[in-house]
Amino acid sequence: MTLVESRPTAAPGPSATTSATPSVTASAPGSRARPRLRPGRPVRLGFLLGPSLLLALWAVASATGWLDPRFLSAPWTVVGTAAELAGTGRLQDNLLTSVGRVALGLAIGVPLGTALALVSGLSRWGEAIIDGPVQIKRAIPSLALMPLLILWLGIGEVMKVTVIAVGVLVPIYIHTHNGLRGIDSRYVELAETVGLRRGAFIGRVVLPGALPGFLLGLRFAVTTAWLFLVVAELINSTSGIGYMMDLARTYGQTDVILVGLVLYGLLGLFSDAAVRLVERRALSWRRTLAG
Amino acid sequence: MAAHPGGLIRVKGLTRVYGDRKVLDGLDLELAPGEFTALLGRSGSGKSTLLRALAGLDPDVAGGGTVEVPGEVSVVFQDARLLPWQRVLPNVVLGLRGAERRGRESLAEVGLAGRERAWPNELSGGEQQRVALARSLVREPRLLLADEPFGALDALTRIKMHALLRRLFEQHRPAVLLVTHDVDEAIALADRVLVLDEGRIAAEQRPGAGGPEARAETHAEIRARLLTALGVTAGV
Repeated sequence: MTLVESRPTAAPGPSATTSATPSVTASAPGSRARPRLRPGRPVRLGFLLGPSLLLALWAVASATGWLDPRFLSAPWTVVGTAAELAGTGRLQDNLLTSVGRVALGLAIGVPLGTALALVSGLSRWGEAIIDGPVQIKRAIPSLALMPLLILWLGIGEVMKVTVIAVGVLVPIYIHTHNGLRGIDSRYVELAETVGLRRGAFIGRVVLPGALPGFLLGLRFAVTTAWLFLVVAELINSTSGIGYMMDLARTYGQTDVILVGLVLYGLLGLFSDAAVRLVERRALSWRRTLAG
Repeated sequence: MAAHPGGLIRVKGLTRVYGDRKVLDGLDLELAPGEFTALLGRSGSGKSTLLRALAGLDPDVAGGGTVEVPGEVSVVFQDARLLPWQRVLPNVVLGLRGAERRGRESLAEVGLAGRERAWPNELSGGEQQRVALARSLVREPRLLLADEPFGALDALTRIKMHALLRRLFEQHRPAVLLVTHDVDEAIALADRVLVLDEGRIAAEQRPGAGGPEARAETHAEIRARLLTALGVTAGV
């Protein structure tokens, strides 16, 4: 009752005009605003804001001469170099090669990781056999596997795609398996009472239930794929963005290195955004904090 | 039992043991086809254990005895238990092939025509439970098991659901076993009320016997007897 009575005295008082958020204090029952715990409405193109700020900082530092061009080229130099490289066709060729490797690696690693997670999640025997080796693989840094992979597979495309596929497999497996094990047992009981066959059970209950986990794994997988691509291309390669950058290192061309870096960054950013778009579409049934 | 020779559902000497506790202890029970039975009992008396045994949901639980149930058994749980990633209609026809039309009819029967494309999250608790009822009905069960299906609903919604369940029962005539802890709910809905105690059927009343007039007259009397069987000694 005291809150209701205090409202008319609080609204016309002098504190209302000096308050930073008068509309909030006026509408709330009492002097204190109700805390807003949700993150609020999504910002349009919000994912571009952070990178844009970083770019602005870089441009200012280059323009004022604070940043030595031998240390880091100016953004406009990088753009110019990119245009030059694109003019000769070198950029497109190397980009296509790199994107092709990542796409192939994902195309092999993602289904494989999903299949392993399904077998491991749906049968105790499967888990006993599969889970251990995957956890061991996770514990070994992938870079440490490179010498062995090069010995086995040479330095050609097969090695590069294998490195990516094996690297991608791990996050897909871990998160899909986790999502699968997190499916409410009540839904499994329901599936039993309505007499779902195993195929329908996987299609209607298991896969949709594990989908949030799978998509989280996919986001990690996409980032991981670019990471392993760099490693594979820097070590031994005659094409691709990594090769272009390694060549530039020999000649001290920081602008070309930066073109490569920006490309990797953009590719990573856009592939992550693509997965998030799929995520929002596929999980539209969920009502969560993200809205 | 003489009134229903050849009972449809027959349970003999059913025993279920959790740890060192005998939850069901040599329970015998017969349910006639098309009969609405309510099962009362204090919490922990084994109501849900019996229902799960009838539904075949307890293969790993220790115990013995025989359970004869028809092939078509449907279960309505306390929570509506709809798959949140499926819209309403696919939830209703879950596991059935080419049952879309029947699914729509079932939804119309529970008063949810036009909500086929809604997500379960968008429905109220009562609506979700009605979808769960439609999901059970579309399977044309000969035995409908309901485990406190209205326990999570508010009082007003519960009254509406009582009327709906009774109407659906009269149209489809499955044998119903309704587990509840609410004596009034049991008397209002069921033809036969059983009280489970110490792992056996301890008391039985027939509120429906003698027609609707008799039902009103004897309501208080039956209620008092059931409450006594449940160990509640307060006056009516």
